[in-house]
Amino acid sequence: MLELRQLEKRYPGGDHALKGVSLSVGAGEVLGLIGPSGAGKSTLIRCVNRLVQPSGGQIELDGQDLSALGSSGLRNARRQIGMIFQEYALIERLTVMENLLSGRLGYTGFWASWFRQFKGNDIAQAYLLLERVGLSGMENKRADTLSGGQRQRVGIARALMQSPKLLLVDEPTASLDPKTSRQIMRLILELCQERGLAAIVNIHDVVLATEFLPRIVGLRAGSVVYDGPAANINKTILTDIYGDEDWTAITQSMQASARGAPEDSKPENSVLTLATSP
Amino acid sequence: MTSAVTATPPLPRHWRRPNFITNPLARWALYAAVTLYLVLGIGSLEVNWARAIQGLERGWAFVLGFLQPNFTSRWGDIVIGFQESLTMTVTSTALGVALSIPVAVGAARNLAPTWVYLICRSFVALSRTLNEIIVAIFLVAMFGFGPFAGFLTLTFATIGFIAKLMAEDIEEIEASQLEALRATGAGYLQVLDFAVLSQVMPRLIGLSLYRLDINFRESAVIGIVGAGGIGATLNTAMDRYEFDSAAAIILVIITIVMVAEYSSGWLRKRIQ
Repeated sequence: MLELRQLEKRYPGGDHALKGVSLSVGAGEVLGLIGPSGAGKSTLIRCVNRLVQPSGGQIELDGQDLSALGSSGLRNARRQIGMIFQEYALIERLTVMENLLSGRLGYTGFWASWFRQFKGNDIAQAYLLLERVGLSGMENKRADTLSGGQRQRVGIARALMQSPKLLLVDEPTASLDPKTSRQIMRLILELCQERGLAAIVNIHDVVLATEFLPRIVGLRAGSVVYDGPAANINKTILTDIYGDEDWTAITQSMQASARGAPEDSKPENSVLTLATSP
Repeated sequence: MTSAVTATPPLPRHWRRPNFITNPLARWALYAAVTLYLVLGIGSLEVNWARAIQGLERGWAFVLGFLQPNFTSRWGDIVIGFQESLTMTVTSTALGVALSIPVAVGAARNLAPTWVYLICRSFVALSRTLNEIIVAIFLVAMFGFGPFAGFLTLTFATIGFIAKLMAEDIEEIEASQLEALRATGAGYLQVLDFAVLSQVMPRLIGLSLYRLDINFRESAVIGIVGAGGIGATLNTAMDRYEFDSAAAIILVIITIVMVAEYSSGWLRKRIQ
C-alpha cells in the first residue's frame, strides 16, 4: 500500500539524513521504526507526508506518487495520512472538540472552519471517537488543561478524524510515564486493527516496540539495517542498529514481556502471548 | 572521613568570576577613557545662571496659571478637540490593527517566503523609524490641517508597532502545532486560523488595547503640528498665553489617559 523507493534526504546544512531507504508497508500492517537518535526516523516519517521535502526517491501511496504532487494535490493526499506526535502537537488554547475537528480541515472550506461550522457527520464522528479513546464529556475542555495521556488520546482521535488509510506515529510515548505509554500503545494498535489501518510507529523504547509491534525496521545513520519480525530481535541485531552495548537486560525483558509478565496479563496482550509462546 | 579530606591536595578556596574584558590593560584603559570623557563633557557645559533664574520666574507664572484651571471659557473648543481626538484614536487603531495582521504574517520568518518577509520587514522598519511627529508634518503638508492627517499618521504608526511585535510573537509559536495542522491537509488560511491565531490571540488583543492608549496620547502630541484633535486646541491655548485653559486641557488628557490605562490593563488581565 505504501511503497518507499530509494528515499534520500540531504538537509541544506549537508546532513545526509536518509541514504536510499526502501520500505514496503502492506494494507493494515503496523511496523515499528527503531534506531538511535539522529538515525533519520523522524525525517523518514515526515518525508512520507512531505512535511520534510525528500531530496530524491519515490513515495507511492496506493499507486499515487506523493513526491511529484503540487500543493493542492499534496493537501488532498495528506488527508489520507494521519499523524500522531511526541509532544501531542495539540492546539493548546482551543477546546478538545476543535482539536478533533481540525482533523477535518482538509475536507472543510475556509469560512466554514473560521466560523466553526463543521458538518454534522464530522461532529457525530468526533463524539464517537471521543468515547472510543475514553474522553467522553471532555469536548469543551481546553486542550492545555488535560494530562499527558489524555492529550495523546486527543492527538490519536484527531488523526483518526481524517479517516486515514495510513497513520504516521512519531514517538507517541516518549513524553509519557510507563503505564500510560503502554495504554497508549495498546490503544493505537487496537484502533489500527479495528479500522484496518497501516501504521509506521517511530519508537525509542525497544521493549515496548517488540512487545506491541509485529514487524520492526531498524534504521542506523539513514539506512535500513534490519527489517523483520520483532521476535527475531536479539543482541546481534541490536548491536547492528545501535552499536556496542550490553544488551542483556533489554533482551531479557523482551523475552519476559513476550512470555507475558504477570503485571501485563491483560486480555489485549493475550493475542501476542499466544502467538509467541511455544 | 576527615583524614581522607586532608590527605587530598588542598583545593582552591577562592574563586573570582572571570572579567568580561580579560586583558587588564584594555580594561583599565577603557575605565580611564570613560572617566576622561565624563570630565571633559561636564567641563564643556555652559550654564547661564542669570537666565535660569529668570526662567524660574516665568515657570512659576506658568505653575500659577495651572493651579487655576479654567474649564469654562474654552469648554466648547475642548469638547470638539476631544471628539476629534477620540475619533482619530478609535478609527486609526481599528484600521491599523486590521492592516497590521497581514503585515505581521508576512514579517514572520516561519510563515512567509523570503521576498515577502523582506518587503514586510522593510515596511515595518520604515514605519518605526519615522517618528509620529515627522509623519504628521509630512501628512499635514499632503492632506492639509485637520484630523484626517492625524488619522493617517496614527494608522501608519499602528501598523508598524503591532506588526513588529506580532511578527516576533508569531515567530515564537510552537512549530509542532503548525506541523500537525499541515499534516491534516488543511489549507494555508486554515493553518493560520487554528495554529497561529489561536496562539497569538491574547497578545494581539493586549497589544491592540495598549496601542489604543498610545494613539490617544499621540493624538494630543501630533495636534501641535496641525493634525487636529485636542493637541491643536492645546496649542492654540498656549499660543494665546491662556495657561488656565491649557491647564484644563492637560488635566482632561491626564484623566482620560488614566481611565484608558486602567481599563485596558483590567481587560488584558481578564483575557490571558
